[in-house]
Amino acid sequence: MIDVHVFKKLFAPDGTMELDVKLVIDRHSFVTLFGASGAGKTTLLKILAGIVQPDKGQISVNDSKWYDSQRKFSLPPQKRKVGFVFQDYALFPNMTVFQNLEYASFNKKRSKSKIDELIDLMELGGLKDKKPGILSGGQKQRVALARALVESPDILLLDEPLSALDYSMRLKLQEYLLKVHKNYQLTTVLVSHDPGEIIKLSDHIYELKEGKIIRQGKPSEIFGMGQTSAKFSFTGEILHISQEDVLYIVTILIGNDVVKIVADQCEVDQWQPGDKVLVASKAFNPIIRKL
Amino acid sequence: MMDWSPLILTFQLAFITTVILFFISIPLAYWLTHSRFRIKPAIEASISMPLVLPPTVLGFYFLLAFSPGNAFGQWLDEWLGIRLVFTFPGLVIASVIYSLPFMVQPIRSGLSGLSPSMIEASYIMGKSKWTTLLKIELPNIKTSLLTGMVLTFAHTIGEFGVVLMIGGNIPNKTKVASIAIYDEVEALNYDTANQYSLILFVLTFAILLLVYIVNGSNFKYFGYD
Repeated sequence: MIDVHVFKKLFAPDGTMELDVKLVIDRHSFVTLFGASGAGKTTLLKILAGIVQPDKGQISVNDSKWYDSQRKFSLPPQKRKVGFVFQDYALFPNMTVFQNLEYASFNKKRSKSKIDELIDLMELGGLKDKKPGILSGGQKQRVALARALVESPDILLLDEPLSALDYSMRLKLQEYLLKVHKNYQLTTVLVSHDPGEIIKLSDHIYELKEGKIIRQGKPSEIFGMGQTSAKFSFTGEILHISQEDVLYIVTILIGNDVVKIVADQCEVDQWQPGDKVLVASKAFNPIIRKL
Repeated sequence: MMDWSPLILTFQLAFITTVILFFISIPLAYWLTHSRFRIKPAIEASISMPLVLPPTVLGFYFLLAFSPGNAFGQWLDEWLGIRLVFTFPGLVIASVIYSLPFMVQPIRSGLSGLSPSMIEASYIMGKSKWTTLLKIELPNIKTSLLTGMVLTFAHTIGEFGVVLMIGGNIPNKTKVASIAIYDEVEALNYDTANQYSLILFVLTFAILLLVYIVNGSNFKYFGYD
C-alpha cells in the first residue's frame, strides 16, 4: 500500500501553485492520475520516484518510509524500488537495447534470464543489438517499459507513456501494459489524459486540478458511465454536427472509426465539435454477425 | 639546419596541457552544469577571462606571482623547491589557465544539452552520480569532449604572449615554436622562420581537418581567437 500526503509550491506560467495531494493506493492496483496539463501530475510522479523533493509531507510504501519532512528524511531515488517510464522514453543512446536493459540491473548475471524474458514479452528480440536512435516511437516505448521492469519494482510509474504514439500503436501498448501489470503483480501509477486509455486500464482514478485532487473514483464513476444501464459503451469525440431536415447527424470519432448518429435539436444544442462524449447503446436489438 | 627542439617542445606542452585540462575540466563543467551557487557567475566569468584578456596581461601577472621575489613565488621556491618562472612547468601551469575556457565550455554545453530525464532514469535505476557521469553522461557527449581537446591542443600551439612573458626564450626549456619564429624573424633568418611556420600551418590544418572528417557536421565551432 502506498500512502502519500505531500505539499509543494510549484511555479506555473501564471504565478505559483500549491500542490497539495493526499492519496492511498492499494497494492497491485492500477491507478491513473488524470487532469489538464499543468495540474501537477508529472510532479507528483517525480515526487514518488524521489527525483523531485516536496516541501513537506510524508510518503510510505508497504510500511517503509520513503519521505518524512518532520524527521527530515528522504530516501534517495537510487534506493526506492520504482520503475519509471518517461514521456520522452529517456533511453541511453550510447547503448544497444540489450545494454539499456542490462544497465538497469544490479547484477548482470542474475538478471540475464529476466532480461531475456522481458525481451520476449515485449517482442524486442530482433532489436536487441540495435541502438535506440533507429527505433520507432512504439519500439522505444516498449524498450523503456521493459527497462523499467528489469529490477522488479514495487511501483511502476508511467508518465504519459503513450501520448506520442498513433492510435493503433497505443492500443497495442495498452495490451502490453495490462499484461505486465498482471504478470508481475505491479502497483502501477499512470499519468494520462486519454479517457479511452484510462477506462481500459485503470482500477481507480484521481483527477487533479491546479495541484489538488478534485475527484476520485472508479473509471465508470468519473466518466459518468454508471448512470446509464448500457450494455456497451464507447468514448469518442464529436467531429461534426449537421442538420438534415428535422434531424441532426452527429459525426463521432470512436477509436479509428467514424460513426454517424442521429440526434435531435435539444440534444445538439448542448454539444459542439471537439466535445468528448460517451456513446452507449441499451442493446435492444444489436446486430451480431459472424466474421 | 633547422633546430627541431622548439617544435617538439610545443607539442609536448600542448599534449600535457590537454591531458591536465581534460581531467580538471570534467568536474568543473559538471559542477557548473548542476550547481546553483551564488558565486557561480563570478567563477564563470573568471574561467572565460582568457578568451578576452590580452595574453600579455595574464603572462604579466603570472610573472609577478611566480617570481621568487614575491611571497607566493618565494614560498614555492623555499618550501617546495619549485621555480615556475622561465621553466617548462611554469609554461604548463600558465597554458592550463590560459586554455581553460576552451576545454570547459564545450564540455559544459555538452552536459547541459543532455536530456534531464536520461539522468533521472539512471538515478532511479539505482546508479550513483559517479556511475551516471561515467556510463551515461560522458559517453553521450563524445563530440563535445573531442571538441574541447582539439581546441585546447590547437590553442596551446598558438600561444605566444603568455609563453613569452612567463617562459622567456630559453632553448630546449621554454623556447616554443611560436617564439622561435619570432626570434628567427628578428634575426632576419626568414628561411628558418618559414620552415617552422609551414610545419605549424600544415599540422594544425591536418588536426582540424581530421576532426571535421571524423565528426562530420557535429563539430561545433567554438569562438576561437
